[in-house]
Amino acid sequence: MATLRLRGLRKSYGDAEIIKGVDLDIADREFAVFVGPSGCGKSTLLRMIAGLEEITVGDLFIDGQRINEVGPADRGLAMVFQSYALYPHMSVRDNMAFALKLAGASKAERAAKVAEASRILQLDAYLDRKPKDLSGGQRQRVAIGRAIVRHPKIFLFDEPLSNLDAALRGQMRIELARLHRDLNATMIYVTHDQVEAMTMADKIVVLNAGRIEQVGSPLELYHHPANLFVAGFIGSPRMNLLPVRATGPDPAGVRVALPGGGEVVVPVDGTRAAPGATVTLGIRPEALKPGTDGALAGEVSHVERLGGLTLAHVTVAGGATVVAQIEGSAPVRTGETIRLTIDPGATHLFDGDGRALPHRSRHPLAA
Amino acid sequence: MVKQSLPKRVGIAVLGWAAAFVLFFPLLWMLLTSLKSEPEAVNPSLTFTPTLQSYGEVLARADYLSFALNSVVISVGGTVLALALAIPAAYVMAFHPTKRTRSTLLWMLSTKMLPSVGVLVPIYLVFRTLGLLDTRIGLIVVYTLMNLPIVVWMLFTFFKEVPHDILEAGRMDGARTGAEVWHLLLPLTLPGVASTGLLSLILCWNEAFWSLNLTSSAAAPLTAFIASFSSPQGLFFAKLSAASTVAVAPILVFGWLSQRQLVRGLTFGAVK
Amino acid sequence: MSTLTTSASAPAKGRRFNGLPFIGPSVTVLLIWMIVPLVMTVWFSLQRYNLLDPTVTGFAGLDNYEFLVTDPDFWASLTNTLVLVGSVLVITVVGGTLLAVLFDQPFLGRNLARLFAIAPFFVMPTVAALIWKNLMMHPIYGVFGAVARALGLPAIDWFADYPLVSVILIVSWEWLPFALLILLTAVQSLDREQLEAARMDGAGAMAQFFYIVLPHLSRAISVVVMIETIFLLTVFAEIYVTTAGGPGNATTNLAFLIYARALLQYDVGGASAGGVVAIILANVVAFFLVRTIARRLEV
Repeated sequence: MATLRLRGLRKSYGDAEIIKGVDLDIADREFAVFVGPSGCGKSTLLRMIAGLEEITVGDLFIDGQRINEVGPADRGLAMVFQSYALYPHMSVRDNMAFALKLAGASKAERAAKVAEASRILQLDAYLDRKPKDLSGGQRQRVAIGRAIVRHPKIFLFDEPLSNLDAALRGQMRIELARLHRDLNATMIYVTHDQVEAMTMADKIVVLNAGRIEQVGSPLELYHHPANLFVAGFIGSPRMNLLPVRATGPDPAGVRVALPGGGEVVVPVDGTRAAPGATVTLGIRPEALKPGTDGALAGEVSHVERLGGLTLAHVTVAGGATVVAQIEGSAPVRTGETIRLTIDPGATHLFDGDGRALPHRSRHPLAA
Repeated sequence: MVKQSLPKRVGIAVLGWAAAFVLFFPLLWMLLTSLKSEPEAVNPSLTFTPTLQSYGEVLARADYLSFALNSVVISVGGTVLALALAIPAAYVMAFHPTKRTRSTLLWMLSTKMLPSVGVLVPIYLVFRTLGLLDTRIGLIVVYTLMNLPIVVWMLFTFFKEVPHDILEAGRMDGARTGAEVWHLLLPLTLPGVASTGLLSLILCWNEAFWSLNLTSSAAAPLTAFIASFSSPQGLFFAKLSAASTVAVAPILVFGWLSQRQLVRGLTFGAVK
Repeated sequence: MSTLTTSASAPAKGRRFNGLPFIGPSVTVLLIWMIVPLVMTVWFSLQRYNLLDPTVTGFAGLDNYEFLVTDPDFWASLTNTLVLVGSVLVITVVGGTLLAVLFDQPFLGRNLARLFAIAPFFVMPTVAALIWKNLMMHPIYGVFGAVARALGLPAIDWFADYPLVSVILIVSWEWLPFALLILLTAVQSLDREQLEAARMDGAGAMAQFFYIVLPHLSRAISVVVMIETIFLLTVFAEIYVTTAGGPGNATTNLAFLIYARALLQYDVGGASAGGVVAIILANVVAFFLVRTIARRLEV
């Protein structure tokens, strides 16, 4: 159990800078998720925390101690690798006991801790098998067990679920969240999958091109994205983004002109959106509903029926396509023209630099 | 593969076995001759009464055991020393490469290109000055250095195949470099390390330039012992064959055991 | 991203790892092993230095080299060296390629036959030379002589009449298995689908060999040529125990010449000059070998 503090962290390989200055605090017992697209530097950042990558510039503190110069073996952290990285020549039992053996723990202590971890992870039946005789999910659990037995200060996870099939991934998500509650441990989790980030994190750190775009709780990021990147990255299906013009101030926020002639008032602080300015309007797909008095009209170009819900791709005036997430039984058909109403509370406005205009009120779940 | 017709397959089998027979024949003949008595040995015929008499006589020669012991000590010594030097070097080059690693590897390879005969004179004189002529230590040093580049290269290619993740997991588990190499790297690459050691043993055992030039009696290995049969008064075919068989057999088994990996080592990883 | 950084593309670097204590010993001993004798050889080659006659001293300039190039033995040894290297290369590469293709075909007991075929490579040179000289090629007691007599032909006194050919035969026997072993490995790495595609395109056995197999082998062949050349330039034991360079200088190669100069005539200066020539010769080959291997080297 520990706190982690990153100050001005940078990493470069020769001339290429991968991490371009990261400041971050992770509190004790927090489940922090680093999320971002491929190549954003999230794994590199995790490996710098682990001690597997040298820190080029900046300071890294665990429990207030600067540990830049401390090797991975001495940081007291545990890591679960994407490939699991189990020791192929050792049994499951020895895999889990290896760290304890290196630390000089007694045989009895080793046995007790391995027994405890294997009970938690339901690995008792496999202790004498070699990794090659295990399924993917079992290997995954051994990798987690290897981390648990050490009672590390911080657990590090590097895309641990990406090699599992979808069903198993959903199950492991729940198991990991439960494990976090039961162990009361600080965890840092790297993923490119925003569903994993949303479902497990206390705190999400969105990374892009070596920089932090935003840090916050899942719903904070969902309801109050700081910029276009976060708005587009968090949420599935993606937020619809339409270039629009601010037409004037409104007591309730900023009034913008929609393609096709309609208008909507976005409840944000309008000081940075002068009338006539080009801004980007963000509308969550679930904020668009079919309705005869809808402000937005267009032709249905494609319908994806997922059963419980339906995704209607609608081409609006000017050629942009928006996605509306509507009821599964909604009778939309490709080719027909429909009108969509907009829930103003789920809309966002971004200025010319892509920064979000602050909402006038916070979402109740994202306080 | 398309199934080939029966006559064609029989033809290929006959050709293949014929080639193997021709190449192996001198060794087969050596084995047969070693089982003859000395008078029968000078007669190239297949009719003889097998006897182990020559083996008995060779092994009974007081100096034979000394030659054999020299071969064992020098080969094992040179191999152990080369592995001890090469394992750390190959580890660093495989897992902590720097900008210079590539050129270091190629430079090591290039030292192997220095023909031994080109440096015979200075090595001989230096050894004479240091009192290393005709000593086991002297040959061990020469063989270690002679094989070090090959051993480093071979280990490097085996180490490169170990996933970095596994060693990193070990580091996260608290393993320092020593524990990482001992508990993880070496167990994982044991077959490769073993065949590297075997290749080194084979090369040391069979080396016949330095052993003929730098030793005379006290430290002379089997290569020199066999060479002593070349003198006219040493022409005892059965005993020569028996001594040769004993000298060749163990190394032939090593060679057969490690033939696959040898290709990689002998070609510096260029052919796998 | 993570897969790439952790395993393949960027080699994982921890905190700045100090590799010097690990690699230093190997580099140091190899550096000494290379530099000291090299410098001494060049230095001696410029000196008057005879172990038998301590009065002969001083700087000789290029006298040793002049003496060397005016010595007919030197040119004979150079010719013998090149003939030996060239002949063995041709025999082993052509033979090795054919045998590799043969042993690539499935046949009964193929693996066992291959073990027998590669055996000569693991035989120590002194044994190889002596069993060939005495058991095979001896005109009276050897197998060749017996076979010739059985066929009613005169037995050949190989080492008296064809000394260099005899040495070439022995050395080829030792190195043919090496070429076979390496080229067989290379043949087996050939993608079978390529051959099947060629067969679909109507290529016969010959066409497949020349247009698919041989090009695939070209790099392995060049590696075999270069590695053999390095070793063949310094063939010594085979000559030492069979002909001792004779008759006359018929089988004296550069290696044997240097040995004779240094350890039989104690002419350190002259032997060193020969050594420098050998080093230059080897380096011409080494340059190409290192370049070929460097191209494949991934660090």
